[in-house]
Parts: sequence; C-alpha cells; structure tokens
Amino acid sequence: MSDASEEGRMRRDLRLAWLDLLMAAQRWHLIVHLAWLDVRQRYRRSVLGPIWLTVSVAFQIGAMGLVYGELFHQDVSRYLPRLAFGLTMWGLISTMVADGCLCFISADSFLKQEALPKSMFPARVVMRSLIVFAHNLVVLLAVIVIFLPLPGWGALMALPGMALIAVNGMWIGLVVGLLCTRFRDLPPIVGSFMQVAFFLTPVIWVPEALHGKWWWLVSLNPFASFLSIVSDPLLDVPTPVSRWLVAIVVTLIGWTLAMLLFGRFRARITYWL
Amino acid sequence: MSRVELTDVVVDFPIYDGRSRSLRHRILGLGSGRIGASAGHNVVVHALRNISLSLTDGDRLGLIGRNGAGKSTLLRVVAGIYEPIAGRIVVTGRLGSLTNVTMGMDMDSSGYENIVVRGLMMGMTRRETLSHLSDIESFTELGDHLSLPLRTYSAGMLLRLGFAVSTSLAPEILVIDEMIAAGDRAFADKAAKRLDRLTSAAHILVVASHSPETLKRLCNKLALLRDGRLVDIGPVSEILQRYESEG
Repeated sequence: MSDASEEGRMRRDLRLAWLDLLMAAQRWHLIVHLAWLDVRQRYRRSVLGPIWLTVSVAFQIGAMGLVYGELFHQDVSRYLPRLAFGLTMWGLISTMVADGCLCFISADSFLKQEALPKSMFPARVVMRSLIVFAHNLVVLLAVIVIFLPLPGWGALMALPGMALIAVNGMWIGLVVGLLCTRFRDLPPIVGSFMQVAFFLTPVIWVPEALHGKWWWLVSLNPFASFLSIVSDPLLDVPTPVSRWLVAIVVTLIGWTLAMLLFGRFRARITYWL
Repeated sequence: MSRVELTDVVVDFPIYDGRSRSLRHRILGLGSGRIGASAGHNVVVHALRNISLSLTDGDRLGLIGRNGAGKSTLLRVVAGIYEPIAGRIVVTGRLGSLTNVTMGMDMDSSGYENIVVRGLMMGMTRRETLSHLSDIESFTELGDHLSLPLRTYSAGMLLRLGFAVSTSLAPEILVIDEMIAAGDRAFADKAAKRLDRLTSAAHILVVASHSPETLKRLCNKLALLRDGRLVDIGPVSEILQRYESEG
C-alpha cells in the first residue's frame, strides 16, 4: 500500500473515532443510566445497600490510619486525612483501570446486537467509578471536619483535578479495554501492575519517609501526581506545579495513544468479542 | 430517498482460541471451504465474501440460504454492527433493526424503566420514548405488571414488551432477523398486524427467513446465499425454486 493511501486511511480512521466519541456524548443519558444500573446491581436486595460501601471505607481508613500511623511514627491527625484521600482516590483510579479492561468484553451483548458507539462503554465505566467514589464523600467530609481546618476557596482546585482524572479514565478505558478484548490474558497482568503501582505510590506511606532518596518515585509517578492534584487542595497544602505538569503531559500522551489505537481498531472490537 | 449500497463487502471472523490449530484440522476435514487461515496463521471464518448489493426505495429484500450461509451476518453488516474488513457499505436513511428485541433488558428494573432504556438505545430521547408510552402500554396488555421488575415476567411477557418497544418507531430502513413467532395466538396475530404496518411504512426492508410463506408475503426480491457468497438475486418465486431444487 502506498504512503498516500495509508495516510488517507489513518485520517479516515481518526475521523470515525472522533465521530464515535461524539455519538457517545450524545447518548450521555444512556451512559448515566447504564452506570446507575451497574451500581444498583451491587446493592440489590441488601438492606443497608449503599451504606455498606461507605461503612467499609470508613473502617478501612480508621484501622489503617491508626496502625500505619503508629508504624510510620506519624501524627494521626496529620496522617489519617492523607490516608483517607489517598485510599479513596486510589480506589477510584484502580477501579477505572481494572473495570476499563472489561468495558467492551462485558458489553458484548450490546455490541453484537446494535450499532452503538463503542466509546459509550469506557464512558460507562468512568461514570460508574465516579458514582461509587461519591459514596466516600460522607467519610471524607467527616475526616475534614474532624482533622482539618475549615477548607477555604483553595479547596475548589480539587474539582479540576477530579475532572482531569475522569478525562484520563476515559482514555485508559479505550486503551486497556481495546487491548484486553483482543488479548484476554491482559486483565490479570494489568491487575498485578496496579498492585505494584499501589505500593510504589505514596498512598499509605508519606513522601517525607523517603528522606530525599528516590525522589522520582513521587515526582515522576503519574499516579502520585493525580493523587496530589486532588488531595493537596483539600489538605490545604500547596500543589507543586510539577504535579499538574506531569498530569497534563500524561493526559496528552494518553489521549494521543488512545485516538491512534481506537481509530485503528475501533471497527475490530465487535469481531474480537 | 433511502439507499443501501454494498460493494465487495468481506467479513472474516478471526477465532482466537488456544486450540485453534486442532480446531482447524478438525474442521478443515469437513471441507465446507469457509474456514481458512489468515496471514497471522489465525483461524478465520469467511462469513461473507465479496457481497455487492444495491437497494433503494421500494426494495423488499429477503435473504435465504442454509444455516451458516451468512444471512444473519449480512443483516448485521447492513445494521452497522459489523463494519466490513474490506469493501464499502453506504447506508442513507434512518435504520432500525428487529434482531433481538429483548437485548439489553435489565431483569431487576421494572417494565417502565426498561422501556425508557430500550428507547434510549434505539436513539430516542427520554421524552420521545414517553410519547410512545400509551401505545406500548396498550399493545403489551401488561397493565400493572409494567411496574414490576422483569424477573417476575414470563418469557412470553418479556417478548411482548421487547417487541412493543422495538416496533414503536417506524424506521426508513428496516432489518428483521427471522420472524418472531412466540407468545399466544392472540398476541401472534396482533404482532403480525403491527409488523405489517412497520414493514409497509419502511422504504427498504431486509429480512432473513427460512419460511417461504413469510418471504413471499413480505418481499419483492430474494437473495440466495451460500457459504458467504451471494449466489443469485432476483424475483421471489424464481429464487425460491432454485433454493428448493438445489437444497
């Protein structure tokens, strides 16, 4: 195939991928609805329902805050809020990645029956993860009230941070969803990658404990950056500019990768199911 | 004007299976000729090979052929579910498909909730769907059951609901896979009437069926498929005769 037709094909692929995203955006109603159904599925027939999610997070934060605070010789009132934000944000990120792997596979009954925009399904995962994350808000609010000074306007900076995480969740869903649909061995590999990433990211440990060694583990770690842009404003500590920089660079690279990959293989997804 | 135009459409299904090699050997032995190897040595099923067709307003095309000839795949290509791996397809006009009317239904949601989801899935807004609600209610005759979760429904009730919602919109290009013939007698008659209204309103109809009666009633031309190839296309009686004589 000549270079010219190759380029024409790529342009067409990209246009169709973009069209797919637009059509999915038009169906946001359906996406939100499917995400709600997914969440409701989890508390079906349980009496306490959504409260379970909240309570278990509260217990986890309380127990880990006390034990690890002691282990790391940290002041609980300083350590516990960090842990609370870290754990819940990590929960959000890791569910977006793990569920993103299955976004197309679990939608096969839809995709094989109706011509729906494919990007609806990663969007559904992002939406579902956000809804589940919202269950933690009560706990986070309690942590803020108990341990932190009343947040000022600066705390609002957490919102663009959250938005950026959601935007990243979407490209991650497109990429891992696509790859995992084709290569079914990938989901467990992604799972163990996330497990390792959890320990390498300052979620339960604090960056100061490194005493300046391995500084890149924090400053170049995209996960650490995403945690930081949301939790720093809430903890009322300044967010280093480099954190935003890393987060934005990751967003741009990720979306470029996602558009190329999704453009190239979007039409193949139904064949791989 | 509505139009469906297929040019040299090819659909190959790759089979990624740990045992693909032995599968290949086993099936090649049967010699149907539809299973081959792709460049990457994956087993592929040639579902459609170089199909070209052109349909415009007034065309009622029936697809006929033995099991596995590619009828359903062709319908799904027309419906936009599978994009061909080679060749072109151009569809102009609002398309609706009646392939699996109970697709995507959630057993734990009520009938009403499912009506809305199904409507959204068909591309309607919530308000548009609700404007069809009284029509759907009266057609299904499900009454108060519509407020109950779907898991309390019988198979027949589920079908009624799915059928009613799926047929609430009149598409310009209608794609139907095999007549839905279930439910009790009274419902079957009602469903047939509703379907007739839909098929006569459509500009273009594409239907796959094994029943000569259905094809004679609905279609004005037939396409005979064999092993993923379009063998012949022409008047209903002629193609039916050829299909029946060749088996």
